[in-house]
Amino acid sequence: MRRIGTAFAAAALALATACGGSTPTQPGAPAPGQSGFVPPALQAQRAVGTGEGQVNLVAWAGYVEDGSNDPKVDWVTPFEQETGCQVNTKVAGTSDEMVTLMRTGQYDAVSASGDASLRLIAAGTVAPVNTSLIPNYADVFDGLKSKPWNSVNGVPYGVPHGRGANLLMWRTDTVKPAPDSWSVVFDPNSPYKGKVTAYDSPIYIADAAVYLMATKPDLGIKNPYALDDKQFQAAVDLLKQQKQIIGEYWSDYTKEIQAFKSGDSVVGTTWQVIVNVAKSEQAPVEAVLPKEGATGWSDTWMVAAKAAHPNCAYRWLDWIISPTANAQVAEYFGEAPSNAKACAETADPKHCETFHATDETYFSKVHYWTTPIAQCLDGRTDVTCKDYAKWTRAWTEIKG
Amino acid sequence: MTRVAAFLHRRAGVRLSLLLSAPLAWLGLAYLGALAALFVTAFYSVDTFTGELVRTFTWANFRDLVTGEVYRTIVLRSVGVALAVTVIDLVVAFPMAFAMAKLASPRARRWLVIAVLTPLWASYLVKAYAWRVMLSSGGLLGWGFGLTATVLTLAYLWLPYMILPIYAGLERLPNSMLEAAGDLGARAWRVFRTIVWPLTFPAVIAGSIFTFSLSLGDYIAVKIVGGRGQLIGNVVYDNIGAANNLPFAAAVATVPVVVMLGYLAAVRRTGALENL
Repeated sequence: MRRIGTAFAAAALALATACGGSTPTQPGAPAPGQSGFVPPALQAQRAVGTGEGQVNLVAWAGYVEDGSNDPKVDWVTPFEQETGCQVNTKVAGTSDEMVTLMRTGQYDAVSASGDASLRLIAAGTVAPVNTSLIPNYADVFDGLKSKPWNSVNGVPYGVPHGRGANLLMWRTDTVKPAPDSWSVVFDPNSPYKGKVTAYDSPIYIADAAVYLMATKPDLGIKNPYALDDKQFQAAVDLLKQQKQIIGEYWSDYTKEIQAFKSGDSVVGTTWQVIVNVAKSEQAPVEAVLPKEGATGWSDTWMVAAKAAHPNCAYRWLDWIISPTANAQVAEYFGEAPSNAKACAETADPKHCETFHATDETYFSKVHYWTTPIAQCLDGRTDVTCKDYAKWTRAWTEIKG
Repeated sequence: MTRVAAFLHRRAGVRLSLLLSAPLAWLGLAYLGALAALFVTAFYSVDTFTGELVRTFTWANFRDLVTGEVYRTIVLRSVGVALAVTVIDLVVAFPMAFAMAKLASPRARRWLVIAVLTPLWASYLVKAYAWRVMLSSGGLLGWGFGLTATVLTLAYLWLPYMILPIYAGLERLPNSMLEAAGDLGARAWRVFRTIVWPLTFPAVIAGSIFTFSLSLGDYIAVKIVGGRGQLIGNVVYDNIGAANNLPFAAAVATVPVVVMLGYLAAVRRTGALENL
C-alpha cells in the first residue's frame, strides 16, 4: 500500500517536473531604454466596429463610477446607454496589481500609471493605440501627449486620463504649524513619531529620492527614478531611518482614511482622492504639495493586445477623455483633467485652477511615476541604475 | 467477465491497486504536482523588465534567500508569531475545552460547541478589521498596532481550531480514570499532570498544527493590524503582487513548507496525526 502511494507520488512528481521543465528557454529581451527598447511588434486597431456588448476594465478606485458608491457620481451609465457596452470594473490597489491583472488576459483596458505602463508595453500586454479613432484625443493638453510613459518612439500606447501629485496630508488638530516640507515625515526627531504613515510600495523609494534632491544636492540626483548605487543607497538609508517614526504603511486607501480618522496616523503621503473622502467623512485633514516637489502620476488608458472587446474598449477610451466625463472624473478623484475642454464642464468653475491643469510650472515640480530600469532614465550612460526588481528587494529590506 | 472477477478475487493486491489508482493519481497530480511545480519555479528567474519567466536553472533565488539578513529576520519573526499564537490558543483553549467536555451537561455541551463554531461563520476580514478598530488609538483597547496586535488577532482568529481537537480528545478520556486517580489520593494538579495531559497530548498537537500552520501562512491580518511589520506571507505576496517575481516568491514559499515538514516530522512520533 505504502509502496503504491510512493510510486504514484514519484510518477506525479516526474510528470510535473517534465511539464515545468520541457519548455525551451527563451532568449532574454533586448536591453530596454530610450534607444535599445524595442517593444513587441503589435498593430494598432484600424477601425472601430460595432460594440461587443461589454468591456472589462482595470482601474484605480474612483476612475470608473457607475453610481453604486454614490448615486450622484456616475459617468458609466450614460456610456452604457449610448454604446450598449456593459462596463465591468476591477479596482486595483497598486500599479503592480494592475500589471498582474492585465497579464491574465481577461481585461480589455487599464488606467495605467507611469510606473506600470512601460512594463505593460515591453511585455506586449498592451497594443499601440490608433488615436485617429478617438475624436476627443485632439483636445488633450499637448503637455501630456507623446511622453516617455505613454508612448515609445512617437507611437502612442494610450490616451492620457489626467494628472496629479502625491501630496502631504496632516491632521489639522494635532500637526501644528501646518507643514510645507517633507521633512516632517523624514526627520528622525519628528514630533509625530509613531503617527507618520507612508505608501507601502517599492515606488515610494522615489519619494525619498525627491527629498534628497532638495536636501542633499551633492548626490546629484536628477531623476528620482534613475538612481545609481550611491544615490539608491542614500534613499534606502533615509527610508530605514524613517521606519523608526512610521506608525504604519498604507496600501489601500480605505485603511489610510480610517487611520487618519482615528488619529493613528496624523501626517504622511496621500492622494487627493483620499483627502476628499476623509474630509467628506468629517476628518480634520488638509493636504499640500511640499516645497521640495513630489512624486505624482499621469495615468494612461491602454488597450490590451488580446482584448476580447476592442471596439467597446476604444469607445470607452474616447468617452473617458470626453469633456463631460473627463471633467466628472477629474473632479471626483481630485486631479487635473487631460482634456482642455473639460475645464469648462466642471461643476466647480475653479477646479482647473485649483489643480493647476494648465500650470506647467506647477507640474514641473512633480516627478511622474516611471518604471525604474537598469538603463538610467536621466540619460547617463557611464553608470547602471537600479531596476524595479532591486527596488522591490530593497523595499522588503527597508520594512525589515 | 466472470474470469476477470475471479482473477481479481484471487489477486487482492491487483484489486487494491486498481481501486486506489484513480484517487491516488488525482492526489498526486493536484496536490503534489502543484507543490512540485512551485518548487521547480523557484529555480527559474524573471526578465526584470518584461516580467516574462526565464526558464533556465539557477540557484540565485535560494542564494538571495539564505544570504539576505532581512529574510532570516522575517522567517524567525514569523515562526515566533506562529509559536506565540499557538501557546496563547493552547492556554485559552484547554480550560474551555475541559469545561465543555467534562463539566457541562450533554445538552449544554451541544450549545457550547455551536457557540465555539459561530465566529467561523463571520468573514475573516470583518474579524480582522474589528480588531483594527478595537486596537486603534480611539478604540476599545487602544493598544496601537504592531506585532503584539498581530499575535492577538491571529490568536482570536484560530482559537476554534484549537478548541475543537482538544475537546474531542478530552471527550474520549474516560471519567473513571479521573475518579480512580482521585480515589488514590491524587490532587487536581497531579491528575492533570499524570493522566489528562499525557492522554490529550496528541489532540493538543493536532490543534497546534492548525494554529501554527495557519499563522505561518497569514499575510492579511498583519497588513491590517501589523503596523509596519511584515511576515513571510507578505514577502511572498510582495514578490508576486508587486515585483511579479514568481520564482523568488516560490523560493520564499518553500520556507514555511520546510518549517511545517519539520514540525510534522517532530509530532509524528507523538501519534497526534492519527487524531486529525
